Amino acid sequence: MSGEKAMSDTKALPPEHLQYPERHYGMDHDLYSWEMLTNRKPVHWQQGKLALWVNVSLQFFPLNQRGLPFPPAGGMTMPYPDLRHFSLRDYGNRVGIYRILRALDKYNIKPTFAVNGELVQRAPYLLHLLRERGDEVIAHGWNMDSPHYGGQSKGVEKELISRTLSSLRKASGQEVRGWLSPGKVHSENTPTLLAEQGVEYFCDWVNDDMPFRFNTNSGALWAMPLSTELEDQFILRNNLHSETSYAEQMEDACRFLLSEAQTQGGRILALNIHPWMLGQPHRIAYLERALEFITAQPGVFSAPAHTLLQQCEQAIVEPA
Amino acid sequence: MRSDPGFYDYWPYHERPKLRWPNGARVAFWVAPNIEFYELNPPANPHRKAWPQPSPAVPGYSIRDYGNRVGHMRQMALLDKYGIRGSISLSTALCDHHPEIIDLCRERNWEFFSHGIYNTRYTYGMSSEQERDMIRDSMETIHRHTGQKCAGYLAPALSHSEETLDLFAETGTELFGDEGGFYTCDLFHDDQPTPINLRSGKRFVSIPYSLEMNDTIAYVVNKVEPRRYGQMLRDNFDRLYQEGAESGTVMCIPTHNYQVSCPHRLRAFEEALEYITGRSDVWVTTGREIAEYYLQNYYDTARADIQAKNATAAREVQP
Repeated sequence: MSGEKAMSDTKALPPEHLQYPERHYGMDHDLYSWEMLTNRKPVHWQQGKLALWVNVSLQFFPLNQRGLPFPPAGGMTMPYPDLRHFSLRDYGNRVGIYRILRALDKYNIKPTFAVNGELVQRAPYLLHLLRERGDEVIAHGWNMDSPHYGGQSKGVEKELISRTLSSLRKASGQEVRGWLSPGKVHSENTPTLLAEQGVEYFCDWVNDDMPFRFNTNSGALWAMPLSTELEDQFILRNNLHSETSYAEQMEDACRFLLSEAQTQGGRILALNIHPWMLGQPHRIAYLERALEFITAQPGVFSAPAHTLLQQCEQAIVEPA
Repeated sequence: MRSDPGFYDYWPYHERPKLRWPNGARVAFWVAPNIEFYELNPPANPHRKAWPQPSPAVPGYSIRDYGNRVGHMRQMALLDKYGIRGSISLSTALCDHHPEIIDLCRERNWEFFSHGIYNTRYTYGMSSEQERDMIRDSMETIHRHTGQKCAGYLAPALSHSEETLDLFAETGTELFGDEGGFYTCDLFHDDQPTPINLRSGKRFVSIPYSLEMNDTIAYVVNKVEPRRYGQMLRDNFDRLYQEGAESGTVMCIPTHNYQVSCPHRLRAFEEALEYITGRSDVWVTTGREIAEYYLQNYYDTARADIQAKNATAAREVQP
């Protein structure tokens, strides 16, 4: 083990390893304030106790993936041309999405769609369909191989965000107020750049079950947590859990959050799903099973992110 | 480097002196919530990377923050419900960052033991003096914020040196005499407490802190489904309870608020807690109490038995 050799050659770590400049009350950064969920003002939804927010991520994984500075989860893993992963991901936008839409409509779900900006050129039919449906569209970066990351040039990132937003705003006819970075990774500049370009909330931080204010150098931004732990591709592809277990996990999460909402104020069950994953013929029934269970619970209602955020803002800003 | 750390001698699980927990309990059951703070921008340790992405590493950092912002209250409510006092493996800088959590646990008379300063500061590459200073800082911090004389240690992020246990035990003695620094959770070689050999000769024990039952190992490393994790916990208990009729065993559930307290995992955890605490002859306790009881009642017997068995075996095999 090379580490062991290096260790025996090293007598001590540099002094900063025993210095703790950020060891003080609150967070070790100023991106947002430390506040436990239970200490915050409870939110009372207009329509029930537990909001079901389903986000459908519509993604494009380029065949000529650069993978810099890190490859996207779910991206190409084989030598070029990795046709298996390219076409399996493309399946989601051609076939899977139509199964998902049918399932969502069956249970009267009001989803958001997080869309890669490049999909406007690649699948205009799909974008037109979303526009006709009128569901909320949020921006999901340019494509899955265009990550936002620490150390990225601010100019490059600014252009990436503006290209993504203008493409989606034009295609959807909506303001596009929400953002989800590819892989939920962003740079030190992302929150400020998003706020500068009219984004009101972003979904990259999974440190809460309810929205909270994020600090930027340029106006207000909300963090709208979109759980990774409950994501289809995390459970099924990363963890290799069974489809039955996926449905059970959704049901258990729903039960728990609903019981918490009975005593502590409104909660959100935030499900991020991918048509290339759950849109497969052998998986769609398990999404349906989960949605059937969740929507049958008294107190559960479905709403898109911006609708929920507006109610949270009101609850938090207005006096009780 | 050594081929064996030398902390313990071979000691067969069968035919040991019979161990009896207080009130005739078969299993000493404890829950060890790891309450951790991971830094967004730690200094880069040359031997282990803290985060996979350049800063800000949002995915890893944010789910761990979820544990403190959201998860802690959920786990604490469950432990309250089943009459369990947590034995906290504490990133001691959390006393500074999130004193609200410390206060809630202190009010409940939970145990605090040292898990280093931050879980993003690794022991690898430290000099003895640095490791001693880090351990001392952590034990003093616990004492300052809770009044407790830290008894146990779990190295931060399970990063060790050859001297870790010696330094912890010696620092405990310096600060608190025999009342501090007398057990470790860093070794996974047994289902009962065992005496540990230290250079100081201090009376010091290893308390079973199961890596296999650790939620992060189960969920992140072994990628276990939540309900299966709940089943594993019950199966683990069943066998230790059965064997505990012959001689007392220890069961530990090490948890993390960012794993076990996620909405889709609490049910499995709760069912296991209900199952375990609902049985008679279970001593629901803390790491410190197990260690104290063992040191007082069984440590010397165990030492004598280990010595006798090994001496006999050596004569039989190598006359």
